[in-house]
Amino acid sequence: MPEVHLREVSKRFGSIDAIEDFEIEIRNGEYICVLGPTGSGKTTLVRLIAGLLRPDEGEILIDGKVVNRVPAEERNVAYMPQQYALFSHLTVLKNVAYGPLSRGKDNETASRTAFDALKMVRLNGRAEAFPSELSGGMQQRVALARSLASGSKLLLLDEPLSALDARLRVELRYRLKSMAKSLGLTVIHVTHDQREAMIVADRIVVLRAGRCQQVGTPFHVYQRPDNLFVANFVGESNFLEGTVTRNDSTSAIVELRGGLNVVVQETSFLAGERVALMIRQESTAMTSIAESTNALPGTIQAIRFLGDSLRIEARLTNGDILGARVPVPSVEAYPKVGDEIMTSFNSADVGVYPVPARGIEREIEVA
Amino acid sequence: MKSEISARHGPFEKVLASLDELSSNTVVRRGVYAGTLFFFIFIIMIPPLVGILLKWNLIGETIQDPILVARAQNAIAASFAIAFVVSMLDLLAGLPMAWLIVKRRGRLISVVDTLADVPFIIPTVALGYSVLTFWSGPSGVSSLLGVQHLLSPGIWLVILLHFAFSYPVIVRLMVGELQGYNQVYETAARTLGAPAFTAFRTVTIPILKPALISAFLLAFSRSLSETGATAIVAGAFENGSIFIRNARAAGQDGPMVLVSSILMGVSIAIFILISLLGPKLRSPTKHVWTGLEWAFSTRRAANIKDVSTLAIFAVLVAIPSLFVVLPGTAGLLDGTLQKAVSSTGVWATYWSSLVTSYAVALLATLLNLLTGFPIAILIARRKLGARLTAVLDALVTIPVIIPSVALGVSLTIFWNALGNLPEFWVLVLAHTTITYTYFARPMAAAIQSVPEELEEVGRTLGSRPFGTFRKIIIPLTKYSIFSSAVMVLTRSVAETGATVAVVKKLQTAPVLLVAWINNPAAYGASPVGLGILFLVLLAFVSLLLIRVAMRRGD
Repeated sequence: MPEVHLREVSKRFGSIDAIEDFEIEIRNGEYICVLGPTGSGKTTLVRLIAGLLRPDEGEILIDGKVVNRVPAEERNVAYMPQQYALFSHLTVLKNVAYGPLSRGKDNETASRTAFDALKMVRLNGRAEAFPSELSGGMQQRVALARSLASGSKLLLLDEPLSALDARLRVELRYRLKSMAKSLGLTVIHVTHDQREAMIVADRIVVLRAGRCQQVGTPFHVYQRPDNLFVANFVGESNFLEGTVTRNDSTSAIVELRGGLNVVVQETSFLAGERVALMIRQESTAMTSIAESTNALPGTIQAIRFLGDSLRIEARLTNGDILGARVPVPSVEAYPKVGDEIMTSFNSADVGVYPVPARGIEREIEVA
Repeated sequence: MKSEISARHGPFEKVLASLDELSSNTVVRRGVYAGTLFFFIFIIMIPPLVGILLKWNLIGETIQDPILVARAQNAIAASFAIAFVVSMLDLLAGLPMAWLIVKRRGRLISVVDTLADVPFIIPTVALGYSVLTFWSGPSGVSSLLGVQHLLSPGIWLVILLHFAFSYPVIVRLMVGELQGYNQVYETAARTLGAPAFTAFRTVTIPILKPALISAFLLAFSRSLSETGATAIVAGAFENGSIFIRNARAAGQDGPMVLVSSILMGVSIAIFILISLLGPKLRSPTKHVWTGLEWAFSTRRAANIKDVSTLAIFAVLVAIPSLFVVLPGTAGLLDGTLQKAVSSTGVWATYWSSLVTSYAVALLATLLNLLTGFPIAILIARRKLGARLTAVLDALVTIPVIIPSVALGVSLTIFWNALGNLPEFWVLVLAHTTITYTYFARPMAAAIQSVPEELEEVGRTLGSRPFGTFRKIIIPLTKYSIFSSAVMVLTRSVAETGATVAVVKKLQTAPVLLVAWINNPAAYGASPVGLGILFLVLLAFVSLLLIRVAMRRGD
């Protein structure tokens, strides 16, 4: 099983830094998800590892060997692009046998390997079909079988589920993970879908503008985002800006504009410092009476029904906007726009960050 | 297991495997690209551009002769005027025909679709003879109208001829564009209240503008280049290419070099100008002439347009192009066929000229295949970076822009100056240059249409660069390869302009036939008709092959 190590890898396209000083150690058999908005450098990263691009700086090591100058065909890395890139002129079997044949296996062995890989994805019955005769989900499985049959233990998946409909996507993400684990593959899976990353990844890498923002387990990235961008990109959050007015050994008080106060557990900021507060929307309650340490009065200005929950947006008395994701109430208790409410959250659920020089809005924007 | 992968153990496969292995070597790969770039620049591009400069001194003497200068000026002006008028008329007549082929279905349209290719595939010499006999011959349209010669050889016949052979260039290019055109834009315009004509004028035309400019340029350059057929219908009229042909026959090198250099220079200048200014051309999309455009959009107006399009095509293109069959069949019935088959008399020369034509064409096609592929890859995959790729792309188009007769003159001067390169090989190089665009351009487009990620996946699966090329690129572009190669072959077989300029002893079939047609007293109508019929039949076999390849490609 391969181990991948990237050391201060940078890649530029003209004046654009696609990847900048990227560092990561990926362990054998690990399932890594690279998460980031469009244009963040996710695809560039996997293409660098696949050998389709050469880094301008830094080193890429596979199993301890520097592979910067090793061409793609010699890296033994299986790469599955977004649209699968199935060879339309070849049958399913020939597509899957392409890898073993290219790596010098004889026809019989290549056919047998291909057939076994097709069995694994339960498509051995369609070996003679052409890719155009298959559904999107089947094409995805053929592409996966082709990667598996290549014999590589390092699988690079570039948005492997994005071309599928929502239902199939959910089904296949579980299958993908279990197959990778049962075969002992090391997988680097690129996605912009945070839910997908949460479900399949052992660890998540969050990228933004070519720079690594955070690496960690899904739990860690979600619960303890390193910065405001990660907090906003992974999950749905509220952001408030204020000044630390009091600080003791167990808690601190942050004053928002309009004189509203929020108690937080983070005590590393000094009194007088400007800070940004992050509260997850699902940790925010909106009720008629205060439910937590922090209770800020406001008025409902929008309600969106999401099926299993409601998303309520309230304007606080100081003009700040706060969102909450709450269970769907009974018909009698259903809130209305204009209702006066209390927005509450626990001090333990408040993340505190320094206010970025360019402002919170600019810091969290994904485009 | 249901199927087996094809066997690969023979010596040929071993050679391929070695080439695969070699292609992984960056130096070898770069060497191949550098070699083909060298061939393109120093064998294809430089000789025609530099050759003419080697005889620059001859121009001085020529411009001392005011009569000759005036004749040359008139010929050059006529060339550009005819090319411009014909290309505009072709655009006006060809675009509705392309629209008709794409939008309407049915047997008649299918026949029209095939017939529209006829003037493109028939050797221009045959087309010239066909147009001459139709418009000017006693058995053509003149006999229907009861006059001796409806049109005598001269400028009007040249215009009709050029209209006929440029027409399919426009139709074919625009059919391809319209097939790929996303109808959704026009639908959006219609749902926003635009009548069909307005939607076409304000949405479709601006979107198709680059293709319209390309089509215009191709028709324009084709008209400028044409020599053989023009010589048949020109009579005493002279345009640039006929002037060069006459000057060469009279041994007047100075006038020949003068006119060739002006034709080449102005053609390249026009190409650059249109390429630069074309994208800035604006169609009048802001104003809508409501009443008039609604009137043009009615069913009746559409029917009138369709009928007129078909009538123009039938009278000016299809019938004059196919008229050559009549004198040809006469030759089949009066005993000329036996003489032809037994290769007696003039027929021995004919068959040998045909062999020369095909030998030259096959070698030019082979050279195109060998050197065109790497150039097409360099363009399609932008391996030289965006700017250099754009330059290379433009350079590849230049051979088709330069009038072939001028190109032939320049090439002859260049190769003669370098040494005694045999006439046959100068001819092969001339034909390779003339046909270079016909292979490299469509192949670049075909390779561009194959997603690059297919190659990338192939490589990550262990395939070497050459292996990826032969197992992925070639199978996915094989129909384009085949049709481009056949196009090169037919263009080369039909070529007259450059051939006239290059050869002294050798004779190709079109050159021989021009001589036969221009001297009817010595050769007679039947051998001319039959000789042309053979050439046409061979061209039709090519057309058939292209059609079969295209259908299988679908």
